[in-house]
Amino acid sequence: MELVKNVVCPFCGTLCDDIICKVEDDEIVGTINACRIGHSKFVHAEGAERWKKPLIRKGDEMVEVSYDEAIEQTAQILVKSKRPLMYGWSCTDCSAQAVGVELAEEVGSVIDNTASVCHGPSVLALQDVGYPICTFGEVKNRADVVIYWGCNPFHAHPRHMSRNVFARGFFRDRGRPDRTMIVVDPRESDTSKLADIHLQLDFDKDYELLDAIRTVFNGHDILYNEVAGIPRELIYKTVDVLKKAQFGILFFGMGITHTRGKHRNIDTAIMLTEDLNAASKFTLIPMRGHYNVTGFNQVCTWESGYPYCVDFSLGFPRYNPGETGSNDLLQNKETDGMMVIASDPGAHFPQKALERMVEIPVIAIEPHRTPTTELADIIIPPAIVGIETEGTAYRMEGVPIRMRKVVDSDLLSDKEILQRILARVKEIKTASK
Amino acid sequence: MSEITLTPKEQPQVPLEAQNITPDSFAGKSIDEIKATEIWHGNIKTKIEEFFEVAGEPSENPSEIKIIIDGDVNKTKRIGQSMTAGEIVVKGNTNKYVGAEMIGGKITVEGDAGSWAGQDMKGGELTILGNAGDYIGSAYRGDWRGMSGGLITVHGNVGNEIAEYMLGGKMVIKGNVAIMPGIHMNGGVLIIEGNVVARTGGEMKGGIIVVKGVINEFLPGFEYLGIEKDIDVEGEIFKGAFHKFKGDLATKGSNGLVYVGVAGNNHIVPDKR
Repeated sequence: MELVKNVVCPFCGTLCDDIICKVEDDEIVGTINACRIGHSKFVHAEGAERWKKPLIRKGDEMVEVSYDEAIEQTAQILVKSKRPLMYGWSCTDCSAQAVGVELAEEVGSVIDNTASVCHGPSVLALQDVGYPICTFGEVKNRADVVIYWGCNPFHAHPRHMSRNVFARGFFRDRGRPDRTMIVVDPRESDTSKLADIHLQLDFDKDYELLDAIRTVFNGHDILYNEVAGIPRELIYKTVDVLKKAQFGILFFGMGITHTRGKHRNIDTAIMLTEDLNAASKFTLIPMRGHYNVTGFNQVCTWESGYPYCVDFSLGFPRYNPGETGSNDLLQNKETDGMMVIASDPGAHFPQKALERMVEIPVIAIEPHRTPTTELADIIIPPAIVGIETEGTAYRMEGVPIRMRKVVDSDLLSDKEILQRILARVKEIKTASK
Repeated sequence: MSEITLTPKEQPQVPLEAQNITPDSFAGKSIDEIKATEIWHGNIKTKIEEFFEVAGEPSENPSEIKIIIDGDVNKTKRIGQSMTAGEIVVKGNTNKYVGAEMIGGKITVEGDAGSWAGQDMKGGELTILGNAGDYIGSAYRGDWRGMSGGLITVHGNVGNEIAEYMLGGKMVIKGNVAIMPGIHMNGGVLIIEGNVVARTGGEMKGGIIVVKGVINEFLPGFEYLGIEKDIDVEGEIFKGAFHKFKGDLATKGSNGLVYVGVAGNNHIVPDKR
């Protein structure tokens, strides 16, 4: 058995880079340091079914075809569509994403990633009011006040707290006892059980609570004795803790980005963080889900000027989530052809969006059998980045990390598949001129 | 006034982008040239005549042109975008961005309008007789300067975040509003005759909001200034008694005013300490 060290885990945005993989006969049989979710990703836990060959739907059946034929059909669908949509991108590496943006421009498509159903609101808010962010290293070494707002890292990012809150840092040499942990969550969760202060607010009232905290911090009184189910005294006490922080950090997740108000909740949370810098040092980090969802926003921004929901239909990039988001296009029945890569909208999109996916041709570039591949007309299996091929990914706070290849695969990488589709699209377009 | 009538043929499933349907674009063109004017169908460049019958009398001067869209154009976006003069009447529903970046002239939509109607409006008059979507009279995504002039009137109900980052001009909503009317508002006047669900004037720094109906939930970060009768809002008198609030104090240097009709709104006056 061979031990491969310093492997980066291709699961969540924490992007743990200290995994050791146990390899036997070119297969990963075990891991050291990984959390349970990461471990199952590496060893392909029971139930996971891999596609080994490209497939095309013929009648009611999926028929095995060559890569060439699947790529030809994909290119034809993309060129024929008047408003194609390319969605996903969050579980692949940055160089594949860069080819994706070029392909979107070439076919006049809308390109969007999973941020549009997770931290898209955060991206909108940071465009409006800024992004006071820091790296994990600063959190570990300096933070004495840690807020988790609307997230449950205990289950969703299992090693997040052990690496940032419980870990000993340069100025926090006892680790957890040197920090005050605040959890804001309407539920009692396994994360909230570890908190020093749990603000158990009413559901959908994040904006109201933030408005109250900001008002009190700015030296004014609030109108009501209770805001979002939190008594006035506890709001004052919380503001006091925030003011006295030497280095504060706000981690926030879906529980605030997708409750009522969406990006406006993040907007006011960012403004709170900025305000707090008058009294202490305060920063924030969004709890990004997929391991390279941040990477797509970076790549798309440096390629097109916009982070997601980018519409190339007029030949130049335009952007307006609410109009050019995947769900907007699907639910308004605007799109007439969809390519899904490195994500699973079939499992996560609302029914109304799926109804449209059934009506239009869907191409899935996807290693596993998922609800999306069940809806797909073409399935192209790639090698998995971070396990079977290398690539760069961005950690949730924007630190790029090079991912290793651990075992071999005879499948093409996402990047190679996209490059071949792009080349074929260019040929078809030149021929039709 | 020269009238040009566009009668929609079948509306396609993939929407049209018709920023060229404006008096400015039609001025000085013959009917044949108007028929050949470019619009977009998804990522395909096409002509107005592919989707509309065109008839009427052309004119040299945009302010002399009245465009009548005689039917439902619920899949056509950006009608009247950036228009400076003349008139457009839509005898049906429209899709998004009707009257966006409008500078002058007049648009009347007899049906419903989609989101972002009157986005970044600078002048002119936009009237929607039906309902409208979200972000009516809002800023462009990511911009902090929204509607700066003109008048928007919606006779029906509207969605979220209307008058976002509003700087000037006036907006009148006769129906009900969802959440966050006047979010980040910095100037101008927003009159809501119906009810509001929540978060009126969130993070507002300036401008005036008048709500005549019932507000379900009010934000905690305002200062209560008592009851005022027969208020004067930039020359217009509103009869009756109104609760007066200043805020949103969560934002530094805020100076916005919110007047809320007394009837049905006693639950939003502050608690005694």
